[in-house]
Amino acid sequence: MAELSRPFPPGSYPVIVIGSGPGGLQVAYSLRSLGVPPAVLSADPSPGGMFRRWPFFQRLLSWTKPHAPVERGTPAYERYDWNSLLGDEPATCALAPTFMDGSSYFPSRPEMEANLAAFAERAELTVRYDCPWTGTRLLDGPDGADRFEVETVDGRYTCRVLVLAVGVAEPYTPPGPGMEHTYHYADVRPPETYAGRRVFIIGKQNSGFELANGLLPWARQLVLASPSHAKLSVDTRSLVGVRARYVQPYEDHVLGGGVSILDAAIDRVGRAADGALDVHLRRTDGGGDLVVTVDDVISATGFVAPLADLPELGMTTFGASRLPVVTPWWESTSMPGVFVAGTLSQAAKGLGRHGLPANSGAVHGSRYNARVLARHLATTRFGVATAPTRVAAADVPDRLVIELAEGADIFHQRGYLARLLTVDRAGGFLDEGIQPLVHILDGGGPDGVAATLEADGTGAIYPILFTRKGGSIAEHRIDPDPLARLDASDARRVIVDAVARL
Amino acid sequence: MAGREELIDAIAGFALFADLTAPQLEGIVHTFDEAVFGEGERILRQGLSGSGFHVILDGEAAVVVDGTERARLARGDFFGEVSILLGENPIADVVATRPLRCLVLAGPAVESFLVAHPRVMYRMLQAQARRLRAANRWRS
Repeated sequence: MAELSRPFPPGSYPVIVIGSGPGGLQVAYSLRSLGVPPAVLSADPSPGGMFRRWPFFQRLLSWTKPHAPVERGTPAYERYDWNSLLGDEPATCALAPTFMDGSSYFPSRPEMEANLAAFAERAELTVRYDCPWTGTRLLDGPDGADRFEVETVDGRYTCRVLVLAVGVAEPYTPPGPGMEHTYHYADVRPPETYAGRRVFIIGKQNSGFELANGLLPWARQLVLASPSHAKLSVDTRSLVGVRARYVQPYEDHVLGGGVSILDAAIDRVGRAADGALDVHLRRTDGGGDLVVTVDDVISATGFVAPLADLPELGMTTFGASRLPVVTPWWESTSMPGVFVAGTLSQAAKGLGRHGLPANSGAVHGSRYNARVLARHLATTRFGVATAPTRVAAADVPDRLVIELAEGADIFHQRGYLARLLTVDRAGGFLDEGIQPLVHILDGGGPDGVAATLEADGTGAIYPILFTRKGGSIAEHRIDPDPLARLDASDARRVIVDAVARL
Repeated sequence: MAGREELIDAIAGFALFADLTAPQLEGIVHTFDEAVFGEGERILRQGLSGSGFHVILDGEAAVVVDGTERARLARGDFFGEVSILLGENPIADVVATRPLRCLVLAGPAVESFLVAHPRVMYRMLQAQARRLRAANRWRS
């Protein structure tokens, strides 16, 4: 009776997490550490989420440096390791580099999958696999009662808090005449089957460029098109845009190698002679209309959030990825009690200062969101007391300098998560931990100082403090040091001045 | 949830984008991000650096200076451009008074966008001229 040995049989649980990718594993681990172990349900047969299948061309965008300037296993090392989940013990932290073979500092897809599976195994995270979520019912009950019924192929579950960590994983192809002749990125064949073919890729974001890059040795002709101009991360000086790893098709294009990169909207796709396809384009750069004849048309047009029936039940969503509208604590504004973790946590936009989003769409950002979310849920929903640490006023500058120099949460989620120290009426300060900066700035509260790092698209990463005094917020930017040495810059003076004024 | 197709239809009716062709409107929808703010959420913060250019798709927002409401903004209105054009911090809070759906262009991207879309720049100039005229009438 395999059924008896499977964890989390249908029933009532305080928290249900759906998903066993990095987001689901991290939030489940962090909740359990705080004494709120969730039931974890997953449609997949094994851990890893999207890394069980993608990226196609087998290497990640995010690096892990096996040999970093700081010791592996320390929090500071997380700045150099973008792919490990956050474990509290040596057996569960900094696992990604232990699976890498040295041929690249971008883990291969199988290395990433092994890293995530090892985390689940060593942390003894239990997941009910092969248990797809099929529907939801909102329950009317008093505060504290179960509010959601989750239907699965195995039966019905109820819970007070539902955490969705299902990724932005449902392939999306925009409607349009002839789009039935195209197929999605998710259905791309092995690269060798494109030998000698003419391939048209709709979309100029990372997935489109990843395909083009992988097909460079195979395809006879490659055309990439989308209405807006291709952005490159080396130009935006941020993670916005096509990452350096996938820029080769762009160089091929500008050096005349045969790749075409067009700013154009797809008017229609039609059958041509001999089974070929004609792609009719209306250019958005002012040029004339075009027709391109190709053998394959692939939609690298992204993915949407697989929210099952929740939008029909009233969950508000937005944007091309149909993300739920959420609070800074990742709670659905239209369906309180439903939270998001993992890549779905990019639904919380943060301040968006200088146009740079948080890194919540990637493991290195969302792993911190999950940890902060777990603490938020444990303290606000389940009465777990996490007393803030007292800090003597004289120790605050040191504390902040170390945070700015070594803190990984504020490094990967710069301008988005911040460490908050509030003035304690009994004297000194209270370290309130890492919180969403939007909540700190807009949520009110006692006088205090929040520290984070920020980037403004010029290429520099600099520390920034926000102080609240008598309800009004002030910003204290610290100039970047070329070698990011906080003590070598005027950081300490700015910190001391800002804290002294509280 | 509005798909990109519905967004294109929506912004085609806005004065700001009135002169653009259909492919150009599609380009706009791809260039801007969509953002949604809950009632009471702040979109711009008075005195804090870093803002974006926002075009309201749906909902309503209040312009609040030093805690006093100065104006209401609704569908088709836009905000954030003044602080971006001047390179200064916003001089007002903008707060959603109802759930607010916007198209957003990051501050650093606004100059190149306007230069590449002179008809949008012209329409923006018209809107600023109307505001200036209204301000002058108030004064006189």
